Amino acid sequence: MQSQLPMYPEQASNFAPHVDGLMLFITSVCLFFAVCITIAIVFFFFKYRRKDPNAVGVAIEGDSRLEAAWMIVPLILAMAMFAGGAVVYVDYRTAPKDTLDVYVIGKQWMWKAQQPNGLKEINELHVPVGRNVRLILASEDVIHDFFVPAFRVKMDVIPGHYNTMWFRPTRPGRYHFFCSQYCGTNHALMAGWVTVMEPSDYAAWLAGSSGGQTNPVVAGEKLFTEKACATCHVANGTGRAPSLNGLYGGQVLLADGSKVVADDAYIRESILQPNAKIVAGYQPVMPTFQGQLTEEQLLALNAYIKSLQSQPVPAKSAGIAPATGKN
Amino acid sequence: MSTTPPPNPEYKMPREDYLNATYGIKSWLLTTDHKRIALLYLGSVTVFFFIGGIFATMIRIHLLTPAGALVTPETYNKLFTMHGVAMIFFFLIPSIPAMLGNFLIPLMIGAKDLAFPKINLLSWYIYIIGGCFVLYSFGTGGLDTGWTFYTPLSSVYSNSAVTPAVLGIFINGFSSILTGLNFIVTIHTMRAPGMTWLRLPLFVWAHYATSIIFILGTPVIAITLLLAGLERMFHLGFFNPAFGGDPILFQHLFWFYSHPAVYIMVLPAMGVVSEIIPTFARKPIFGYSFIAGSSIAIAVIGFLVWAHHMFVTGESTYAALTFSFLSYLVAIPSAVKVFNWTSTLYKGSISWDTPMIYALGFIGLFTIGGLTGLFLACLGLDIHIHDTYFVIAHFHYIMVGGAVMGYVGGLHYWWPKITGKLYPEALSRFAAIVLFIGFNLTFFPQFILGYLGMPRRYHSYPPEFQVLNVLSTAGASILALGYLLPMAYLTWSMRYGKVAGPNPWPATGLEWKTDSPPPTENFHTTPEVTWEPYDFKDRPDLGLAGVKPLAPAHGDD
Repeated sequence: MQSQLPMYPEQASNFAPHVDGLMLFITSVCLFFAVCITIAIVFFFFKYRRKDPNAVGVAIEGDSRLEAAWMIVPLILAMAMFAGGAVVYVDYRTAPKDTLDVYVIGKQWMWKAQQPNGLKEINELHVPVGRNVRLILASEDVIHDFFVPAFRVKMDVIPGHYNTMWFRPTRPGRYHFFCSQYCGTNHALMAGWVTVMEPSDYAAWLAGSSGGQTNPVVAGEKLFTEKACATCHVANGTGRAPSLNGLYGGQVLLADGSKVVADDAYIRESILQPNAKIVAGYQPVMPTFQGQLTEEQLLALNAYIKSLQSQPVPAKSAGIAPATGKN
Repeated sequence: MSTTPPPNPEYKMPREDYLNATYGIKSWLLTTDHKRIALLYLGSVTVFFFIGGIFATMIRIHLLTPAGALVTPETYNKLFTMHGVAMIFFFLIPSIPAMLGNFLIPLMIGAKDLAFPKINLLSWYIYIIGGCFVLYSFGTGGLDTGWTFYTPLSSVYSNSAVTPAVLGIFINGFSSILTGLNFIVTIHTMRAPGMTWLRLPLFVWAHYATSIIFILGTPVIAITLLLAGLERMFHLGFFNPAFGGDPILFQHLFWFYSHPAVYIMVLPAMGVVSEIIPTFARKPIFGYSFIAGSSIAIAVIGFLVWAHHMFVTGESTYAALTFSFLSYLVAIPSAVKVFNWTSTLYKGSISWDTPMIYALGFIGLFTIGGLTGLFLACLGLDIHIHDTYFVIAHFHYIMVGGAVMGYVGGLHYWWPKITGKLYPEALSRFAAIVLFIGFNLTFFPQFILGYLGMPRRYHSYPPEFQVLNVLSTAGASILALGYLLPMAYLTWSMRYGKVAGPNPWPATGLEWKTDSPPPTENFHTTPEVTWEPYDFKDRPDLGLAGVKPLAPAHGDD
């Protein structure tokens, strides 16, 4: 790594220059105020030093124009900081459509990643440069946090939730990632390396090391059969439960009249707590799978359900809107 | 080279004061005198400061090498957790309010005691009982959840003594609530004749604001930790998703108290500084009503910013935008205070006495702490620096640079009142400067460490972070000296210090109108306030130059 004392980490993602820009802007404003205050204090401290032990100062009670000025000017600068930060944050929280999705599972005290083709990695993550990468994060136990300083991004990994984060690596190389949410004894060892590769190298790496790995879609399909999901979720929509074809990303009409977007979190919840959101036209008959599936199995099922995207949506009722109605 | 008038050799200790009015251990343990209770707190918070300080020392030694120089990962995790719990719940939160506030609020408003003296003593006992639970946890397996007790780590996965610790903090909460209640009732009902709201010392205003947070916030943390304890003991599903709970709920509840708790720590310190600066600049404070109002504004807005601790939990973007915006708003009243303190120095008659050095040190460190809060409130930037050493540096600048400087400065300022004795001035100035330098050396490198990406709570770290960690540890050894010196000479001065007299600086507050140390009933006759706050020019009784001579007796209203 760098031999001298660096002031900021390498910039290796689309967010890094923006975050460093915010840092620079806020540092300049704050430095200006800190220096002004310090100079004023030091100057007054010496200039008005008491020489006669009995001297008193000049009685000045205040000045409302000054008070107004030093409320309004900092407020304006603070709003500029707020706006600058908001722009970057909204960008970060809104993933583009064309992402390469990688599943990441945190558990005490290791990271497991799974590439779209099923290739699994431990405490390593390989991504292609220049491609929008989205991580779908799940935890098997406590709260973790996936943090890549060189990308300036992090996101908590929370049991019972799917969080997502995205970035676009801009420079090939190897970069540290850390767990930055304290998670118990070996929290500090729950770290690894992101390897950013040229797209061709990435493709070769995927092809070269994928032997013996199960594609998550295939694994999910197998589970779907094993757990007898297909008994009710019949593909042509004639079963006791809604067809899952074309479900992902579409809007679902619920029994209470509201609509939800069928995203990763919705699919997960529907497996673990089937009665939380009932699709219009169906009965709450599905048993819960809470405690019966590992996070990896859940992700496999999720991947399989997503893969049903290309097929048409047979509808017994108006429960599931056509997939064209995405978002 | 002191510019304070030399102590009058004629001064003698009062024949009877609150310290020698009665004797024996029972007279202390069953006292209802707010001044004695304050000293009970002084002793007990010092014990916790020592315990927390020993943990901190071990942490800094451990981090000298990337692999960790001193202890196992389990032990390291216990050290930083116990450091946080001891320092936050049992030192910082009670330090200024329960010690200085307890001692001074009745004196400052001209009352004989707090409104509920027995409840005041009860608060101390509750604090001690809560403290014993926590010490029991430390002694029997320790605590490794982090002071934030995030679930489900604390409620399910941790193998340490979580249950007694959360019970201890739950119990201790009632001490805060009762103290806050006592202060509010006292300030409302027991002010001396002439002590109007706008003549209240700013220290009292700050404690009024703090008390609001005590009463409204503390029940939430108490209940939250109790729920975590119940989940741990009986597997009730509040926060653990495996039991049908939600870990994010815990964070909302936890920070609903624990963010305002930061203001519990720093508002009283701001009150201390607002007293010290006019005294040693010998002029009225600049913008009295703005400083008083900003305390209330901080207390109110401080309740609306909690989820800025949760920007990367996946909370909704709209929530994040709202909480970021409100966090920027709460910065304004703090800025107003800093500007007003600085302006107070203008055309003052500034002495370089020890409390003033602490107060100015407070402004410098609090300014850095406050300004770095702007970095963390910035949504885009927080994605990167959240949960790194940047956060550690930021909140130590507020809580140690701010609150502890304020506390130690306040102890020096009122020490003559509390004990009747003066401490060695040259030594105490030296200690104040050592503290300031040691503090900056310890914590400034941590800002850089954080931006470079070193996460907090790491028992080992990549080698590229070593240089800054070594710098920080070196600073900490200087900082430790800065704390040990005052402990030594203040203790020494209780016996050997020069007699201070009632008003050594001199200062304008009512507490300086009575003996040092004050009698048990505080004032021999009920005082009457006829002057505006921090007013030197109409105070011939202070014996300063350029002050109008005493008005004839008939004009004395």
